[in-house]
Amino acid sequence: MMANKNKPKNDVFIIGVGMTPVGEHWDRSLRELALEAMTTAREETGAMRPEAVYVANMLAPALSRQSHLGALLADFSGMRGIEAVTIEAAGASGGMALRQAYLALASGMVNTALVVGVEKITERVTAEVEAALITSSDADYESIHGLTQTALAAMLMRRYEFEFNVPEYAFAGFSITAHANGAKNPKAMFRRPIKLETYQRAAILSDPINMFDAAPMADGAAAIFLARGDVLPSNPPFPPVRIDASATAVSAVAVHDRPNPLSFAAAEKAARIAFDRAKINQDQIDFFELHDRYSIFAALSLEAAGFAAPGEGWKLAESGAIALNGQIPICTFGGSKARGDTGGATGVYQAVEAALQLQGRASEIQVADARIGLIQSLGGIGSTATTHILSTVETL
Amino acid sequence: MEITSHWRIKKQRYALVGEVCPHCAAKIFPPRDICPECGDEAKDHYQFSGRGEVYSYTTLYNAPAGYEEQAPYTVAMVQLEEGPLVTAQLTDIDVNEPEVGMPVEMVTRKLGSEGDRGILIYGYKFRPVLETA
Amino acid sequence: MTEERDQRIMQPKSPVGFVGYGAYIPRYRLPATEVARIWKGGASGTPIDEKAVAGLDEDVITMSIEASRNALARAQINPADIRAVWVGSESHPYSVKPTSTVVAEAIGATPHTLAADWEFACKAGTEAVQAAIGFTGSGMARYALAIGMDTAQGRPGDPLEYTAGAGGAAYILGPADESLAVVDGSYSYTTDTPDFWRRADEKYPSHGERFTGEPAYFHHITSSAQELMEALGTKPADYSFVVFHQPNTKFPQRVAKTLGFTSEQLETGLLVPRIGNVYAGSALVGLTAVLDVAKPGDRILLVSYGSGAGSDAMSMHVTERILESHELAPRTEDYINRRTEIDYATYARFRGKLSQ
Repeated sequence: MMANKNKPKNDVFIIGVGMTPVGEHWDRSLRELALEAMTTAREETGAMRPEAVYVANMLAPALSRQSHLGALLADFSGMRGIEAVTIEAAGASGGMALRQAYLALASGMVNTALVVGVEKITERVTAEVEAALITSSDADYESIHGLTQTALAAMLMRRYEFEFNVPEYAFAGFSITAHANGAKNPKAMFRRPIKLETYQRAAILSDPINMFDAAPMADGAAAIFLARGDVLPSNPPFPPVRIDASATAVSAVAVHDRPNPLSFAAAEKAARIAFDRAKINQDQIDFFELHDRYSIFAALSLEAAGFAAPGEGWKLAESGAIALNGQIPICTFGGSKARGDTGGATGVYQAVEAALQLQGRASEIQVADARIGLIQSLGGIGSTATTHILSTVETL
Repeated sequence: MEITSHWRIKKQRYALVGEVCPHCAAKIFPPRDICPECGDEAKDHYQFSGRGEVYSYTTLYNAPAGYEEQAPYTVAMVQLEEGPLVTAQLTDIDVNEPEVGMPVEMVTRKLGSEGDRGILIYGYKFRPVLETA
Repeated sequence: MTEERDQRIMQPKSPVGFVGYGAYIPRYRLPATEVARIWKGGASGTPIDEKAVAGLDEDVITMSIEASRNALARAQINPADIRAVWVGSESHPYSVKPTSTVVAEAIGATPHTLAADWEFACKAGTEAVQAAIGFTGSGMARYALAIGMDTAQGRPGDPLEYTAGAGGAAYILGPADESLAVVDGSYSYTTDTPDFWRRADEKYPSHGERFTGEPAYFHHITSSAQELMEALGTKPADYSFVVFHQPNTKFPQRVAKTLGFTSEQLETGLLVPRIGNVYAGSALVGLTAVLDVAKPGDRILLVSYGSGAGSDAMSMHVTERILESHELAPRTEDYINRRTEIDYATYARFRGKLSQ
């Protein structure tokens, strides 16, 4: 039993994707946005009906007074009677919903599943959104002090700069790269490149984090249709994308409880397990959709996944290694910074974008010869990390 | 109105009472009953001195709901002299005054309240060490 | 001494005194010239230099906790041995729910203790001290904690705004042989005199202007001081220090002169020019400044005043134990020297005077 524990009966594939633009969708409700993404993803499969729906969302109960999204979205999309549930792991909800779908399919108990991530940030004013977001931290010992996620990230960035003697503007490359890519993504929230000067003159949000070190949060929905190898449709319009590895781990929730606050231990663990399961290493990764909610997260994610040594993640941004044509492209569709962060849905956007890369459908932002992609979504200040490795399948 | 979650941990909040592990002597804050160092049970109360230094800090200008009236304020992670790292606001300090490594001491202050009718919530903050002649 | 007079003076069955004391004064200062700038177009004399203002996260509870911790540091006793935690103030954060229970919890005195809030305008603190003398002196308890603390308020534009300040002090009463200063006797003089008051639902107090002088402050303080000294057989010259309630600089100076005290005896405890009138904490924090420099054998007379009206007078002498206690906690001068000047706008924000 133990020896086969990690080997699925059959591989799990992504056979349909859909996503709405990310932005301030004043006139679209949570369920309408979700339906749009779900419909697009299903259409790519020839309108297959999934046996299970996994919803990725973290803020609807707080911002929309709406919980129970599994039932709600199945109902609203005309799929009463199926299996449906919401998966919540703060900002990692997207990757976690994908993981749950993967586990269900790999176990053989479910044959097809639809993962839909949806978030409506604009239902409430900023202060209320901040208060809802900070519930992913330690309520008794962190949030009570009036923290925001930006403040926590700022404290990490300051300490990082202090310990590693990082030069001024060292993190600029992350947002410059994100915006360069986002400019060519019609679904991105921000579609203009930025210059170094823009970064240097940016207003401070919570020192030392400036406006370009923090991703904007907005509304959006993304969906992926998954099927196990033995139930794939024949003649699919696009090559199926295989999930080579799925892994997740948690670390201490409160940053102050971590033995080393400057290390994303959960991300490191999840990445290591994923590389292990896929039987590959960092050199074989063609692009990395990491969770750049903050530029410091991007640096720490690169370090955690083994692309840079501790304290050196920022150098990959400085050198351009993370650019579309670089050694390890990140945020190829703009990432959270330019495409926009959609809370619990981000992990699903990452999966959609990775699938599009692997299917050769990324057009102006295509990573040349993309064959293996790494996606990772983070919950809280990196307390939950979900990592997946996806790859192209030429023929079956 | 939120009452009980604050009431349960008033000793921790008012006076920085944590735990000491009877097995490996590690000082633990906040208390968690299982020692993070050696994994054994740790429930003996320990009174921290309140002295520490600033590990990192930042000033917030966009406060979450319920804290807008306090803005701007500075939050920090403080390394207590006994070892643990805790998160708290810095107080009695000017906006450009904090520095990584600055020695600070614990004081009990008002953390907030729920509107005009709710209870007042008190807890630890840290201030620059009071200069004595 | 007549027998009738003897019975009016209060002396406990067992001698007791202050085994610990501690002050607290917040760091913000509003110069009186700022108040004059806003309300008098700058053209006005000022009754003090500046007053202490509590910060946004401070109130009588937080300030009492710090003063109590200072008192405990000097007393070097186990807080679990305290049997009463009594806080006197006219700005308790709650109208119903004691300041004292939060203080008792914070300092580790719960659960085996009394706790209650006291009110008698500016003498709520010394009222608590009087009761604590009785409580410990009767043998009912070994230690009792009595605090006078305020974040007093004046209506915007009222002359009280110049002086209504924040601060106070905590005292632990205990056996005389553990005390830094032993209480020789105390007395309380009370009448129903409405010189200054605040109705239950009002935010700011009202006062009788000049009526707060002669029939109120001066009459009660001179009555209680004279009664106590006569009964104890002491004269002003016997005292190294005298501390009065300090609503402004002139009143205590005048009453000192009337009673026959010199400005040298008064000056150490006269803090009002630099911190303002801290109401229930006024006389008590003045006393801490005296204790910070007092020497064994020094005699001190403390005379408080509370509107409504009454005056507590206490006579005490300092013991050898005072010397080692000085370094164990911040001195009152350390708090006074810790100052950050603010303007009227910041002050109005801090004190909740901006309507929203």
